[in-house]
Amino acid sequence: MNNKNHEPLFHVSKRDALPWQKAWAIRGAAILAALIVCGVITMITTGDNPISIYKTIFQGAFGSPRKSWVSCQNISILLLISLALTPAFKMRFWNIGGEGQILMGGLGAAACMICLGDKVPGAVLICLMVVSSLTAGAVWGLIPALFKAKWNTNETLATLMMNYIAIQLVAYYIIKWEVPKGSGKIGIINQNTNAGWLPQLFGMKYLLPIVVAVAATVLMYIYLNYSKQGYEISVVGESENTARYVGIKVETVIIRTMLISGALCGLAGLLLVGGINHTITTTITDGQGFTAVMVSWLAKFNPFAMIFTSFLIILLGRGAGGISTAFGLNQSFADIITGIILFFIIGCEFFITYKISFRKKAGKEETV
Amino acid sequence: MKKIISLLLTLGLVASLCACGGSKAPANDSTDEKGAESASAGAEGAVDYSKVKIGFICLHDENSTYDLNFINGAKEACEKLGVEYVLKTNVPEGQECYETAADLADAGCTIVFADSFGHEDFMIEAAKEYTDVEFCHATGTKAHTEGLANFHNAFASIYEGRYLAGIAAGMKLNEMIEAGTITAEEAKIGYVGAFTYAEVISGYTSFFLGARSVCPTATMDVTFTGSWYDETAEKEGANKLIEGGCKLISQHADSMGAPTACENAGVPNVSYNGSTASACPNTFLVSSRIDWAPYFEYIMTCQAKGEAIATDYTGNIATGSVVLTDLGTAVAEGTKEAIEQAKADLQSGKIQVFDTAAFTVDGKKLESYMADVDTDANYEGDHEVIVDGHFAESAEGFRSAPYFNLNIDGITLLDQKF
Repeated sequence: MNNKNHEPLFHVSKRDALPWQKAWAIRGAAILAALIVCGVITMITTGDNPISIYKTIFQGAFGSPRKSWVSCQNISILLLISLALTPAFKMRFWNIGGEGQILMGGLGAAACMICLGDKVPGAVLICLMVVSSLTAGAVWGLIPALFKAKWNTNETLATLMMNYIAIQLVAYYIIKWEVPKGSGKIGIINQNTNAGWLPQLFGMKYLLPIVVAVAATVLMYIYLNYSKQGYEISVVGESENTARYVGIKVETVIIRTMLISGALCGLAGLLLVGGINHTITTTITDGQGFTAVMVSWLAKFNPFAMIFTSFLIILLGRGAGGISTAFGLNQSFADIITGIILFFIIGCEFFITYKISFRKKAGKEETV
Repeated sequence: MKKIISLLLTLGLVASLCACGGSKAPANDSTDEKGAESASAGAEGAVDYSKVKIGFICLHDENSTYDLNFINGAKEACEKLGVEYVLKTNVPEGQECYETAADLADAGCTIVFADSFGHEDFMIEAAKEYTDVEFCHATGTKAHTEGLANFHNAFASIYEGRYLAGIAAGMKLNEMIEAGTITAEEAKIGYVGAFTYAEVISGYTSFFLGARSVCPTATMDVTFTGSWYDETAEKEGANKLIEGGCKLISQHADSMGAPTACENAGVPNVSYNGSTASACPNTFLVSSRIDWAPYFEYIMTCQAKGEAIATDYTGNIATGSVVLTDLGTAVAEGTKEAIEQAKADLQSGKIQVFDTAAFTVDGKKLESYMADVDTDANYEGDHEVIVDGHFAESAEGFRSAPYFNLNIDGITLLDQKF
């Protein structure tokens, strides 16, 4: 046997913090590579050239004023949900219960619209909707937080399971409020009176969620980075023991943070029900409670970076939808494209966190 | 390593450049965006369809038998008339339906059609905004009360198709009774429904009346899934019915759940929306479905000619809207003739599906019934629908979507939670 130590072809080691320019260069390269792969796949399936495919993607999301508005509105909602989850994640509290918290917020708003629509004046109704949505979302976040704080239960499972309870609750009330009977649909609530419909800002239909999301982004940035509570969240996230040692009440932070997280999700539910759809279904969240997890993580919990990541996800989703329509492909094609791009983007984080060192060749080591 | 990366990038660029130059030729010639444009417009001479462009909004895609039925009809009609069309699939029953409808209108569609009940309110919103575009909606109930000139409902007298399919079921039960595999009293049918909604009730009642018209001892059990598309629930529902002694199954829900369960259990199945013969060769009897192509042709022709589209359109056997698929190999002898006979009688008016002499409610013959034809929050009857000794379903002057919601004797509802 050879006495020399056998060195593998390459080995993986953790990087020191990468300068941000280099990190973003890697990300940019990943997006570029993803676009090339997507282009090749689309070319094979549709026979069109990649440039026009990217054009179709862009037009699918921003091809007309209405498309642009809707895209911005969708970005805002996704951004808002991501912002809602961020404090919890920063605390290393795995809140994957966004879906349930949004649904409960939506249910709170819908309940006010249906039960009080013709009983109280419009302004009062909207105030009640805001209160009930935020409360419902906050309560849905509070329950797993209490269990975590008091008995250290697993919050991942708890928040996940709360989603299903919320879905069943919504399903129950849909059957209770359905119109016409037996149809399993609520339809547009107060379609003729518009009672409880959130107001349009400056007569622009799509503006309200955008304004709310922008405000939330700024506030969340300040809260996380410049407030005492934000600092406590970071410390608890880094190490609970350290937090205890320096006198932070970890239980209080967990509960307080989840109340904020749930209430913000409830706000997203309010916008979805009161401002956008004017109805409630069990699928109204469209999986965004989970997508937001990715948005938040990709942005490294930076609220402003989340604008970019949610923009990217919505652009891809709506753009790929445009491809499906333009080329007569199934919606699954949109999912394939989105999947490829996300694979590259998430994959590149590996190269940002770790480096691969190849076996020394002729005395010099190459690294990537 | 930098070299490798730059090499890869260059390769990628070269590849994409080659592609730009090379594969332009066969681009999107067979895509959905364009039908066979103006193929037959000139040939027919009379009507000019060149100004018509139609957009279709579907709840699911081809994987749902319900939507596939619409998509096939859409393609057939548009290719026949040479009309350009756009197909949008997987559009949920929420604001996205409105956005999609508005988007289609923005893109120059002169007619927008949506296929699912829950799309209706959002189509109405779009119709209010785009007054110069026609919005047509299948299975909806609000056009006749909404008072919009450009919003229309459509359905078909599918209860007649169900009745005819019921005859195939009754014949099959008779065959089993004659063969001695079951007694006359055991002739029980199972039915998997979606919701306790009038469309479903009307469907299973007409199916049952068809079966009982040839097999007088037939009874029926009905179970509901609470979803229009839930493969597991539909399969479980069918299995539950089979375990409960049902000798034949039919369904009103959109997945392959019930037909598959029947094939596995060897129980005859009457399907809906389209033939399931290829997946269930041993148990498929027949399927009734609405052929939407005649309606699509109707609305496009109306627009091309500048005529008004009916607020409520009810297709029937004569318009070719209500059709049966080819019979499966498992049907009883004489089924074809029996169905042909009944079809002729239905068309001549000799028999009525909901003849009040053919069924009882709580042991009594129905003399008068106020049906809930107008959709509003109070579920109260608002129209007398017993006309000339029969329940006037989807009739002229009411609305196209079914409103028969009575529980007739002989049908047992196992659950009513939905």
